[in-house]
Amino acid sequence: MIFSDNILSIITYLPLIGALFVLVVPGKDEVALNNMRRIALATTSVTFVLTLIMWSMFDPQNINFQFVQNHEWIGNVIGYRVGVDGISVLFVVLTGLLMPMCILTSWDSVKKRVREYMIAFLILETLMMGVFTTLDLAMFYVFFEGGLIPMFLIIGIWGGKRRIQASYKFFFYTFVGSVFMLLAIMAMYWQAGTLDITQLLKFKFSPEIQIWLWLAFFASFAVKMPMWPFHRWLPEAHVEAPTAGSVILAAILLKMGGYGFLRFSLPMFPDASAYFANFVFVLSVGAIIVTSLIALVQTDIKKLIAYSSVAHMGFVTMGIFTANIYGVQGAIFQMISHGFISGALFLSVGVIYDRMHTREISAYGGLVERMPKYAFAFMVFTMANVGLPGTSGFVGEFLTLIAIFQVNVWFAAIATLGVILSAAYALWLYRRVIFGALTKDSLKSILDLNLREKVVIIPLLILTILFGFYPAPILDTIAPAVEALVSNYSQSLSAVVIAH
Amino acid sequence: MKSDIVDFASLAPAYPELILVIGAMVLLMLGVFMKKDATASIAGIAIGLLVAVGALILVFPSNGVLFNGAFIQDDFARYMKMLVIGGSVFALVLSVSSANENGLDKFEYSVLMLLATLGMMMMVSANDLMSLYIGLELQALSLYILAAMKRQSLKATEAGLKYFVLGALSSGMLLYGASLVYGFTGHTQFDEIAKVVALGDRSIGLVFGLVFLLAGLAFKISAVPFHMWTPDVYEGAPTPVTAFFATAPKVAAMALLIRLVMDSFEPISSDWQQVVIFLSIASMVLAAFAGIGQKNLKRLIAYSSIGHVGFALVGLSAGSLVGVQGVAIYMAVYVTMTIGLFACILSLKNNNGYVEDISDLAGLAQTRPLVAGIMAVLMFSLIGLPPLAGFFAKWHVFLAAIEANLFALAIIGVLASAVSAFYYLRVVKTMFFDEPEQEFAAVPSELKFVMILSGFLVITYYLTVGSPLADIARTAATSLF
Repeated sequence: MIFSDNILSIITYLPLIGALFVLVVPGKDEVALNNMRRIALATTSVTFVLTLIMWSMFDPQNINFQFVQNHEWIGNVIGYRVGVDGISVLFVVLTGLLMPMCILTSWDSVKKRVREYMIAFLILETLMMGVFTTLDLAMFYVFFEGGLIPMFLIIGIWGGKRRIQASYKFFFYTFVGSVFMLLAIMAMYWQAGTLDITQLLKFKFSPEIQIWLWLAFFASFAVKMPMWPFHRWLPEAHVEAPTAGSVILAAILLKMGGYGFLRFSLPMFPDASAYFANFVFVLSVGAIIVTSLIALVQTDIKKLIAYSSVAHMGFVTMGIFTANIYGVQGAIFQMISHGFISGALFLSVGVIYDRMHTREISAYGGLVERMPKYAFAFMVFTMANVGLPGTSGFVGEFLTLIAIFQVNVWFAAIATLGVILSAAYALWLYRRVIFGALTKDSLKSILDLNLREKVVIIPLLILTILFGFYPAPILDTIAPAVEALVSNYSQSLSAVVIAH
Repeated sequence: MKSDIVDFASLAPAYPELILVIGAMVLLMLGVFMKKDATASIAGIAIGLLVAVGALILVFPSNGVLFNGAFIQDDFARYMKMLVIGGSVFALVLSVSSANENGLDKFEYSVLMLLATLGMMMMVSANDLMSLYIGLELQALSLYILAAMKRQSLKATEAGLKYFVLGALSSGMLLYGASLVYGFTGHTQFDEIAKVVALGDRSIGLVFGLVFLLAGLAFKISAVPFHMWTPDVYEGAPTPVTAFFATAPKVAAMALLIRLVMDSFEPISSDWQQVVIFLSIASMVLAAFAGIGQKNLKRLIAYSSIGHVGFALVGLSAGSLVGVQGVAIYMAVYVTMTIGLFACILSLKNNNGYVEDISDLAGLAQTRPLVAGIMAVLMFSLIGLPPLAGFFAKWHVFLAAIEANLFALAIIGVLASAVSAFYYLRVVKTMFFDEPEQEFAAVPSELKFVMILSGFLVITYYLTVGSPLADIARTAATSLF
């Protein structure tokens, strides 16, 4: 069927076509600006619907890649190859879900250079979709790295006061981290003779080479995740970026690192992954504890949430490298759920930032008196961020903790401390912002959520609670793929042991 | 020796050059006899002539060796000639709108461009040390005059003089090297030299000659440490002439370098490879750091071009088919980006004339969104960011380096590209993040066309030209093996 064969290409390139339309909208007046916003919203919404259709057609029991297209292209080296499996399909849906929300939340708050803004976001969507749908290793790099361009501009043009430093820092951390991966990709081509990911997944690299390749990929993904201590770019980028930029950064760009570990590091370099597992655990546990402690002393709301993101990504890396079913499932679940929880948190911060134009925690207090609906939503997201049972944040953390407990009790014990710390900083934030007496004059006339904000926040609220009580839609989709990944991994490891 | 020219048709491989030389002579006459009012039409005819020659090469390919082996026309030569002609045509197009301000409204300008192009085509087709030198000097002498074309300008005169003195020095080195090679092999023709070299005679004199030849050519492609003239000449020369300098002569010299080392010195590849690797690393690293402090756009582009020669040489260092293919692709992408960039620069004119300082670009994204957008795309492409053309160009050369196990070279290369990102990004930052300070004049339509074309090719490289270009470049490279 033509539609299902090409659905991934349509999902990937539809936003680009939308960007072209935004580019040619004539005029600069308010009508034209609204047209641009409408085009962007329509494109992203249609893309989201298409991702849902794709998910409904996706067969979780089939562990092969689906909706595959495979053509040789540049010099018969780089191809046009797309396809999704249980590991990538949900990231496509997540990207589709968050993009219309980003457009909606920027509707009023972005007033200058609307055309460029919408184009940047639509191009970014194409690149993000490309990361999760491509099956060509070189094209993975293209999409992975290409996201730098729109994101650099988004932070630099529509960011806060220190936007230029933040955008440079973001650019150079990510760029330097990634270039080694590029060389590793080339080395893999000369080893395996192909860049087709489906072929590479079957190819056995020798253990010595694996070590180098693993390190090169690690440099890139560890910066992107970001893992402690490569996270220095993230708080600044988050703080300076406009709300929608922060949402995309936290919800999707960070997940590319985790996706990369799952797609490449673990299955393609199993020996190296086993060799470096403890190293990753140390960094992950370090991330959970250290960045949670740093989060405790923040005075800027966005910065606090940014550090909490680093801590949560610590659970993800830990879960991935336990390389058992609970760990990997938990890691994917955590990435998806953190995707909409952190997105929702940044959107919530955006709501009050749009009204007060400050992110200082001390500038707020007692908001519950004027904004009860907002207070409720923010509470649910805060609790989900802490990992309260009954929210989606709990499932991922719980699964990864079970997994690490099987591997190493000490790491598990320390990581569990992180959960307590996260409760400390999140509840402290909530109390300072929402509760207390409403003493500040500037806050007395603040308004509760308007319709557009409700449209954005209510779906995320529902998802957070729904997947907390009923995680099956996600777990069922990923389970067969994860089982296949884990069993391949342990087989290739034991094969090496026998060979020795 | 019996001549290999029996009739007119046997000259077919050299038709493009013959047409060009006759055309240039006729235009020279026309210019002299028709006085000043013919300048514009002569420029038009020159562009038409170049396009016709390009079409001839493209549509009626005729490969062969002529003039007792001194001249060769093969797929590689035709590929590189297309790039050279492309660079020349667009440089001529770019000079139309600003000819008056830049002192280029003389008919000699177009004629000299034609002669320079002819020299470059001879270089690309040179198969003998003699024809190599003749081609090289024809283009160099034309370029010296072009650099100083704006007679009233102190900077342009300085540029021309500097270029001449250093160019003469490099020609001297090249000739010295050529004489050594001739002395130790007894031949001037590339294939004959190769036969002698293949016998295993690696005498110190031969290697000496090779190194001198490489030094002379390194000057022409402005590879470090023979790059000193580049920033000054690029800055001083009229901008359209700089656009020409940055594209066509580099392609020609690079093609010549490739043919020389791959044809004549293939058997002693380890000897020249270390030189090329050194040139490559030195160019990439020096350009990456030296570009950071630049305030003038043309000087910035000069360092950028030095760096890009370094990246192209990464492919040649590998000395393989994939490597030569990579260099061929790299030069094509480089020419496309550079022409687009100069179209953008030439369109920046305020009340005080053409601007060249990076700080003048402040807020360009708001006053001239098209120019700023395309310039930003080109900057990102020059960094080598995907999905733009610059990335795929780097991809091809680094792929060859990895195949040849030149890991250190590749690692230094990618790090240098990360450092160089700093100065490219500063241009983007100035255009997009800063607030506008001045108004710019409207953009002439032909410049708009050139920049949109260049931007389009750079953005859609993966979807449009990427694959066909890789195939053509492979065919071209194969003819050297």
